[in-house]
Amino acid sequence: MPTLGLITGYWFDIRDLSNLSRKIYELLGDAGAPDWLIWVLSALLGTLGIISFIGAVAIVNIWVERRVVGRMQSRLGPNRLGPFGLLQPVADAIKLMQKEVLQPASAPGLIFSAAPILFTVPGIALMAVLPWGRNMTLADLDVGVLYILGMSSLAALSVFMAGYSSNSKYSLFGAMRVIAMLVSYEIPIVVALLGVVLFAGTMNLQGIVLFQETYWAPMVLLQPLAFLVYFFSVSAELNRTPADIAEAESEIVGGYHTEYSGMKFGLFYAAELINAVAVSAIIATLFLGGWWMYKLDELVPGWMIYIGKIYAVYFLFVWTRGTLPRFRIDQLLNFAWKWLTPMALINVIVVAAEVLVWEESGWSAGFFVPLYIAINNLLAGALVVLFVRVLAPKFQRFPVRPRFAPEIDVPSLPAPPLMGEPRTDLPASGAYPI
Amino acid sequence: MIADNGIVIAFWVLAATTVGCALMVAAVRELIQAVLFLALTFVGVAGIYIVLSADFVAVVQVLIYAGAVAVLMTFAVMLTPSADRRNSETAFQAPALVLAGMITAIIVFVAYDTDWPIADRAGFPATAASLGRAFLKPYVVPFEVASVLLMTAMIGAILLTKEEEEDEHA
Repeated sequence: MPTLGLITGYWFDIRDLSNLSRKIYELLGDAGAPDWLIWVLSALLGTLGIISFIGAVAIVNIWVERRVVGRMQSRLGPNRLGPFGLLQPVADAIKLMQKEVLQPASAPGLIFSAAPILFTVPGIALMAVLPWGRNMTLADLDVGVLYILGMSSLAALSVFMAGYSSNSKYSLFGAMRVIAMLVSYEIPIVVALLGVVLFAGTMNLQGIVLFQETYWAPMVLLQPLAFLVYFFSVSAELNRTPADIAEAESEIVGGYHTEYSGMKFGLFYAAELINAVAVSAIIATLFLGGWWMYKLDELVPGWMIYIGKIYAVYFLFVWTRGTLPRFRIDQLLNFAWKWLTPMALINVIVVAAEVLVWEESGWSAGFFVPLYIAINNLLAGALVVLFVRVLAPKFQRFPVRPRFAPEIDVPSLPAPPLMGEPRTDLPASGAYPI
Repeated sequence: MIADNGIVIAFWVLAATTVGCALMVAAVRELIQAVLFLALTFVGVAGIYIVLSADFVAVVQVLIYAGAVAVLMTFAVMLTPSADRRNSETAFQAPALVLAGMITAIIVFVAYDTDWPIADRAGFPATAASLGRAFLKPYVVPFEVASVLLMTAMIGAILLTKEEEEDEHA
């Protein structure tokens, strides 16, 4: 009777699921299975695990998000179907699948249909490099951080495909807004992650977690500025409410998915949830230490700690969504170029100097890590206060006029009569300049 | 050295996808479709880099070309005044075909004629770290010159597109 768990010898040992899978491969190898079969099986097994996690998350998070936002806004949220309304997302999914899928007659069919499918790909592909435990990574890429950036930059194109092929002006507005935003926010994201990579000395996600484990310092303490910049930029890239100008319901109907219905719309909806979880997982890995939690990861399975951290970050995203009003597009772009980008650049310069001093001096990490935590937190606090007090645009209670909008000569029409009075104000037909 | 059957299959599938999409870029009439096929070509080239176990270059190919360049091209297409008009027949079709055929012939000839060195390293060494070391130690001057060039181009673009300051509200 072979034992599957390597740590305790019990088959139900779930501290590190990779032990289980490794044992399966060893058994297969002993049974004489060829190498390629084991390789294909391991790839399928890992992918299956990740896909099932994504499926569970896409269903559960709808409920989580609606309930939490409901509580924040003094509402109830879904509470009718099942205990605590837990079956509501299932009902929603079934409803979406039953709905008729409409397509504008003038839409190019292939691009229109491919866009929602392509939109779900990056969020799922991102999950491949995440470290779920000490040895639990599906693809242990050396260039993990770059892979994340590359995958998330692919989403822009599918959003554009959706907006363009819908052949509707609201969809195109939404798509152009997304692209303008992504082009601006890519820079602070890359530069903020550069600070993390400089400190850890590797782009491998597992390596970054091991760095935090070695020095007992989550990256959010060492890199508070990078965390702030990354969090703000990524919540803009995710299209969530403080920055959801791409689908601003009160301005442009539904943005790039105005014309989508049925399960095609459902795919867009699910992909946004999946992206939010993927980004939460990236923040949990890079800034909060992934599966590592001081000594706790010796008692609790690493992937449980990791999922806990993912949901802690996800709560932050739901929090901002539930409390902040939507920005205008000029505010968002100004925020990216005039605050986030300079902050990220300052952060990179400071980090480069710190890493150089650390490496050249040869003193112990026990001296440098607390020192750098103090320096970087003070710097981040000082820069945020400086921005709020000095550099930010002054608060206008009565804005004179919207910036960037040229003056238009609005034709002054006579005021319409009150209800019940005869309308005598209408000029002859054709007099209106519109 | 391509020894593995799987890698050979992967190479041919990727090569067929890449070349097919590149042909479609020239063949389709609508500009947006051409840009989308171009993005697919970029992804196919990234796949070929992965087959060659150059992971850093592959990921950068996706990040820069499929992510950024394709988006910039869609921007350019959207800003083109007559982008929605389909491309019509032109008189330059025949000479362009001849030119393209000649360039293809030259590339094929060079590819067959050159005695390519075969790397005897194993797959996937840490390419990112060695690339970084090469950029910042022996090749630091070209690297910095390229950075300055890009900076100049960026400042130039900003200057060219900057509108005249209007003194309406100062």
